[in-house]
Amino acid sequence: MKNIQVLGSGCSKCEKTAAIVQAVADEAGVAVQVVKDTSAEAILRYGVMKTPAVVVDGELVHSGSIPDQKSIARWLL
Amino acid sequence: MLAIFTELADWLAYQVLGLSPDTRLGTAVQFFIEDTSKIFFLLVVMIYCIALLRAALDIERVRHFLVRRSRASGYVMGSVLGAITPFCSCSSIPVFLGFTSAGIPVGVTMAFLLTSPLINEVAVLLLLSLVGWEITLMYVLVGMSIGILGGVFLDFIRAERLLQPFALKAYQAGSAASAPVAARAALSWSERHAFARSELSDIVSRVWKWVLIGVGLGAALHGFVPASWVEQHLGSGQWWSVPLAVLAGIPLYSNATGVIPVMESLIVKGVPLGTVLAFCMSTVAASFPEFILLKQVMRWKLLAIIFALLLLSFSLVGWIVNSLPGLSQGAA
Repeated sequence: MKNIQVLGSGCSKCEKTAAIVQAVADEAGVAVQVVKDTSAEAILRYGVMKTPAVVVDGELVHSGSIPDQKSIARWLL
Repeated sequence: MLAIFTELADWLAYQVLGLSPDTRLGTAVQFFIEDTSKIFFLLVVMIYCIALLRAALDIERVRHFLVRRSRASGYVMGSVLGAITPFCSCSSIPVFLGFTSAGIPVGVTMAFLLTSPLINEVAVLLLLSLVGWEITLMYVLVGMSIGILGGVFLDFIRAERLLQPFALKAYQAGSAASAPVAARAALSWSERHAFARSELSDIVSRVWKWVLIGVGLGAALHGFVPASWVEQHLGSGQWWSVPLAVLAGIPLYSNATGVIPVMESLIVKGVPLGTVLAFCMSTVAASFPEFILLKQVMRWKLLAIIFALLLLSFSLVGWIVNSLPGLSQGAA
């Protein structure tokens, strides 16, 4: 089970990011828990300046856009 | 070059739709067609071209640039970078924290954040094409001055005391260390093209509805509100019309792209330029949703101070511009 956090202050891109991560995981049959985190503390903790950002198992892997499916598949390996 | 849009609008409104240029509906429809076609054309061409040029400028670089500044140049650079950096208001929290935790003073960060919504390349281009370079220049100078002076003032009152505790702690810890910027290879043209394309679709998908609403309002004003009414009620004779315009702008939440077509109409109708500027800046920069977001990093007191500061500066701008001879008569 991978823990995935989507960081961002609640804009529509963050919701799309969470949805596409979930969709790619479902398709690949990987068990994930996707959580959206809008808190300023989380954004500060990972030093993110561009949202949406994606954190996989505590590691920042992406920030600044809706990630493409290829990248998401790579994080889920 | 832009006359082609006037011809297109004349042709569509008066020939194809058969409206008369002497009716209110006719002039409103003509105005709507001309402005929407012109604005969308300019948006697409200019956003793409500008994005090609600034593909290498991102927020990490901006931060790196600001970290090593002295205070005085920090305010000016914060404001300049706020004007030219692509920025969406939903990033204001991450950017605020990113700057603050790198030890950049709150005033410099706010110079960036205050200027950012007021001035951007789209706003400048629209102003240039709709109301001419004199008003554009004035708009840019006023917007940057508000950012710079606002920043200076916030540091003067030591605004960092009024941050939320975790943000203050990050600021104090951050003055010591600053994150290095990863070295990056120069961008190739195909990377620039890809960036410009994504910028284009991103910005257009975000602003198109504002453009339609703004031009629609502008067209309604243009066609249905007589200039004599405007002169009588919103003329420069009444000092209170400026703060009233500022207050009216607060609940109206739009970005610069939507409000500029309205601005054009107001100026053409003879509303004094200072009143128009005050109204537009208040609509663009003083919005409640954005302030509620900032509550995450600031205490209420600081939010209230910044809000009051903005309203006061917009009113001052309005009064000063209205009192300048030769400018108050509607330059368009």
